[in-house]
Amino acid sequence: MSDCKLETKTFFQAIENEMLIGSRCLSCGHISIPQRYICSRCHSDKAERHEFVGTGKLAAFTVIYVPATEMVKAGYDSKNPYMVGIVTLDEGPRISAQILGMDLSDPAKIRIGTPVKMTVIERGPEGQTKKFLAFEPL
Amino acid sequence: MTANKLARGVAVAGVGMSKFGVFPDKSSRDLFVEAYQELRQTVEKGLPPKDIEAFYLGNFSADQFEKQGHLAPIVASWIGLSPIASARMEDACASGSVALRQAILAIASGQYDVVLVGGLEKMTDLPTAAVTDALASAADTMFEIPAGFTFPGFYAAMATAYMDKYQADPDAFLRVGIKNHENGALNDKAQFNQTIKDVMAGKKAKAEQKGLPVPTWENEMDFMRDPKANPMIAWPLRLFDCSPVSDGAAAVLLVSEDLVSKYTDHPIYVAGIGQASDGALAERESLSDVPSAAKAAKQAYKMAGISAAEIDFAEVHDCFTIAEIMASEDLGFFPRGEGWKAAMEGKTSRTGEHPINTSGGLKSKGHPVGASGVAQVVEVWKQLHGIAGARQLPGELRYGLTHNVGGTGQTTVVHIFEKRS
Repeated sequence: MSDCKLETKTFFQAIENEMLIGSRCLSCGHISIPQRYICSRCHSDKAERHEFVGTGKLAAFTVIYVPATEMVKAGYDSKNPYMVGIVTLDEGPRISAQILGMDLSDPAKIRIGTPVKMTVIERGPEGQTKKFLAFEPL
Repeated sequence: MTANKLARGVAVAGVGMSKFGVFPDKSSRDLFVEAYQELRQTVEKGLPPKDIEAFYLGNFSADQFEKQGHLAPIVASWIGLSPIASARMEDACASGSVALRQAILAIASGQYDVVLVGGLEKMTDLPTAAVTDALASAADTMFEIPAGFTFPGFYAAMATAYMDKYQADPDAFLRVGIKNHENGALNDKAQFNQTIKDVMAGKKAKAEQKGLPVPTWENEMDFMRDPKANPMIAWPLRLFDCSPVSDGAAAVLLVSEDLVSKYTDHPIYVAGIGQASDGALAERESLSDVPSAAKAAKQAYKMAGISAAEIDFAEVHDCFTIAEIMASEDLGFFPRGEGWKAAMEGKTSRTGEHPINTSGGLKSKGHPVGASGVAQVVEVWKQLHGIAGARQLPGELRYGLTHNVGGTGQTTVVHIFEKRS
């Protein structure tokens, strides 16, 4: 195994630094997000940390009117819905994230394939906020 | 690789289920007693309890819903079966089918001859927000839930991918809901024992009673598209696209094929089994279908030696209406991209070419998550025996299929049952 750190928490440490990371298999080149010690394509356990450019396209989405508890705490509800989606990164793999900066008044007008770029959103109780991965239109 | 056949044949000798619904006065144990009592009555030649050698219980999360772990031996003791081996199986909403599958494999291995399978969930003691959070633990809580996903949200996202890929009309989702309520209205065990027309009439009567303006819906689709009557939960899915929070239990008695005549002359047989897994939704090869479902179905068809065309009816995991449409394609009843049209055209109704969810499905019958996979077998048993009452399918039925999904498809389990003449 290579000596780079691929523990799951490094993903969140990178987000705090507004970086999007995953792993690249040193045997077959397969790129994964979240990062994996073991390649899902060739099963090699030699991988290195990969930093994504952070751009991609919207692959699927929804606008949520009945949020989970954490998102209620963040101020969302049926009158103030939020968008969440799955983004296909330019490097190939996909990741789930909140999507910011889109007009949510008529979700039927939101287009799959919309180009997006990485950003972060801070959520959590005052003084203890954390950064979460998000995307916004390019 | 996987053997094509079970090492020993397995049959179903009896089934039972509790009513599904909201039961504040009942614990999960009470619900399972109800299912087990009914099962005992369905075993034609009687079931001496001492014959039961093991108990496999599907349960997602009594730990979270009732603060009760280690549920299987407790339930076994409640029905007088201690000290037999009792184990709880957990794979989210597929827990029931996973328990069934493990029991089938245990009998096929020769370890046991007679096994009781249970499915059980008591969800309604918690407030809705806490139920939502408990269910969220079936997803990837590190990478999916912090993004803001809820379970309706996951399936809504799959719906957008499906709609984009096949130019599908979201009215098809509403049609699935209307159809499943029509079936559930004929099932006295269903949580929502009402058609959408019944729901509309009820709301109109209530408005009249309260002296409020009476809604003027012209038909069911009019009602289903009304944002007040059927509010958006996660676009494009509305309230009536979502299965409810439920309490309920189901039970199935499995016996090795060579011994089943001791219990009944009218068993149904396990013809094929399949199970597959997958990663988080974003990591799938496709977002507009459930890859693990197609893989599990392929295994089950191969073992049964039949194709999708030979399945007479299916109970599928319609946790959300889009899930039923994707399932109708994953299981091979319709080509990719045609499932939504089939739903629009009534091809999955009781009189259609591929009847789906004659029980009312999760949508109308209810979805006590760990019980759902086992309760699907109860419907297959009833249909194959011609005892499904007003919802009985016409004609000679031979093969019934069950399709049970955990999470968004991290687990799918498929079983095919056969009535032999």
